[in-house]
Amino acid sequence: MMGLIRKAWGLVVWIWSTASRPARHLSIGFLALGGFFAGVMFWGGFNTALEATNTEAFCISCHEMENNVFQELKTTVHYSNRSGVRASCPDCHVPHDWTDKIARKMQASKEVWGTLFGTIDTREKFLANRRKLAGHEWERLKANNSLECRNCHSPEGMDITVQSVRASTAHQTYLFTGEKTCIDCHKGIAHELPDMTGVPGWQ
Amino acid sequence: MRISSFCAVIAAVGVLLAGGASLSEELITLRNGLSIDQEAAAPPLPKVENHDKRRVRNFAEQPPTIPHTIRGYEVTRNANKCLSCHSRIQTGESQAPMVSVTHFMDRDNQVLATVSPRRYFCNQCHVVQEDVKPLVNNDFVDVELMLRNSEAPQ
Ligand code: HEC
Ligand code: HEC
Ligand code: HEC
Ligand code: HEC
Ligand code: HEC
Repeated sequence: MMGLIRKAWGLVVWIWSTASRPARHLSIGFLALGGFFAGVMFWGGFNTALEATNTEAFCISCHEMENNVFQELKTTVHYSNRSGVRASCPDCHVPHDWTDKIARKMQASKEVWGTLFGTIDTREKFLANRRKLAGHEWERLKANNSLECRNCHSPEGMDITVQSVRASTAHQTYLFTGEKTCIDCHKGIAHELPDMTGVPGWQ
Repeated sequence: MRISSFCAVIAAVGVLLAGGASLSEELITLRNGLSIDQEAAAPPLPKVENHDKRRVRNFAEQPPTIPHTIRGYEVTRNANKCLSCHSRIQTGESQAPMVSVTHFMDRDNQVLATVSPRRYFCNQCHVVQEDVKPLVNNDFVDVELMLRNSEAPQ
């Protein structure tokens, strides 16, 4: 046992001393260029991975999402409508600004953790956690003034003359004045809602 | 005896045939005149009216029809989208008519603090409307009209 640890430590020391020794036979130019290309490859790979995980197919490749939220989305206007424009998971759940995107991905890693360790691997467990998960999304959309909704719907682009009276009155009174944001009034547009007791405006 | 029973059978068959004929005529009108083995083209799905104007009720106890769309409105144990506008406390913001006091009553007419469980599932009684021609004529007469007619000198 002790021998094993000593051997492993020896390896670590050797790797470090090699890596920290200055290069004797390589030109500074080669090193700089090599570093540059390695950086490009890493950056590219990172962004490619980021793009790959940014598709609906990826989101629903884990059965928690396929069986719960995706089935519910399919019945809504964001999946099927007269104009054929569809909103997919990342449209609403991943910010389009790069730093926001990374921040959200790091947060999402926690949800992957949830998958690996079965926090929501049954419908019952998912429903038990739903209020908390939905709450995270409401908070996020409230904090960024419903940024993801606005990537497709802009208040400036809304022709209130073709909206219903209910819609145009609500939008004129609360949305255009900046008093409220989309998610304040449009909860549950893409999925079934959790128990809403205690949520402002409900019950 | 024989002849009379024969006549009765003929008469019965005649009645049956006549009944059958009138029955199939009705069925034919409902099926767009197509025979039973042919499939009629379905009429286009009408749109739900969303004009936000209240409709006249046919009698005082009628649950009013809904003058707006309710597509995707969730009414489950978890959430009641209708009450997010029509509950007493939400009407200030939504400017929607409040559910009337009957919605707070239990079956002994006790008024409860919140909407009574038997009035929770709104769509049991309230429905949206579509602009369609009735398939069957309706000779319902509004009670106001009936009263006015009966008061008028004969
Ligand atoms: C990918 C673009 C996209 C995104 C992102 C998006 N929507 Fe939509 N939304 C649509 C389309 C397309 C329709 C359907 C338009 C039609 O009726 O043809 C729609 C319809 C709607 C409707 C009308 C529902 C109805 O029954 O008529 C509401 C309300 C709505 N969206 C709210 C939101 C909110 C809130 C968000 C943010 C959480 C959001 N949308 C994000 C594209 C989007
Ligand atoms: C004060 C509450 C409120 C806010 C804030 C709000 N809406 Fe609405 N919206 C409504 C109501 C009420 C309706 C009509 C009823 C319905 O469609 O459920 C409506 C209808 C709509 C419709 C359908 C229009 C129609 O004529 O059918 C769309 C699309 C929509 N909203 C998008 C948005 C978006 C995007 C935002 C944020 C930029 C937003 N709304 C903010 C209350 C609001
Ligand atoms: C039109 C925007 C929209 C689309 C598209 C969408 N979501 Fe959501 N999602 C929301 C909103 C808004 C919430 C916050 C809860 C609510 O209001 O229903 C949410 C909540 C969630 C939650 C938290 C649990 C819950 O149900 O509240 C999960 C998980 C989720 N979405 C996954 C997905 C997946 C996976 C997809 C693609 C199949 C998807 N979403 C597509 C808007 C969207
Ligand atoms: C966004 C707010 C909102 C929601 C959600 C909503 N309503 Fe309404 N409702 C209204 C308003 C406002 C009116 C008044 C007429 C109009 O503007 O459409 C109304 C009118 C009505 C009326 C007609 C009342 C009368 O006296 O004729 C009925 C019935 C009704 N709603 C039932 C429902 C039901 C059932 C649901 C749920 C499936 C529902 N509403 C959801 C806002 C709402
Ligand atoms: C058991 C049947 C029933 C159910 C369930 C029901 N209603 Fe009603 N509703 C009625 C009847 C009947 C009337 C008209 C007479 C009255 O006011 O009681 C009415 C009247 C109304 C009115 C008009 C009130 C007014 O003063 O003009 C509104 C709005 C309304 N209902 C909304 C709702 C909503 C929202 C729900 C769900 C939470 C609901 N109703 C559930 C039967 C029902």
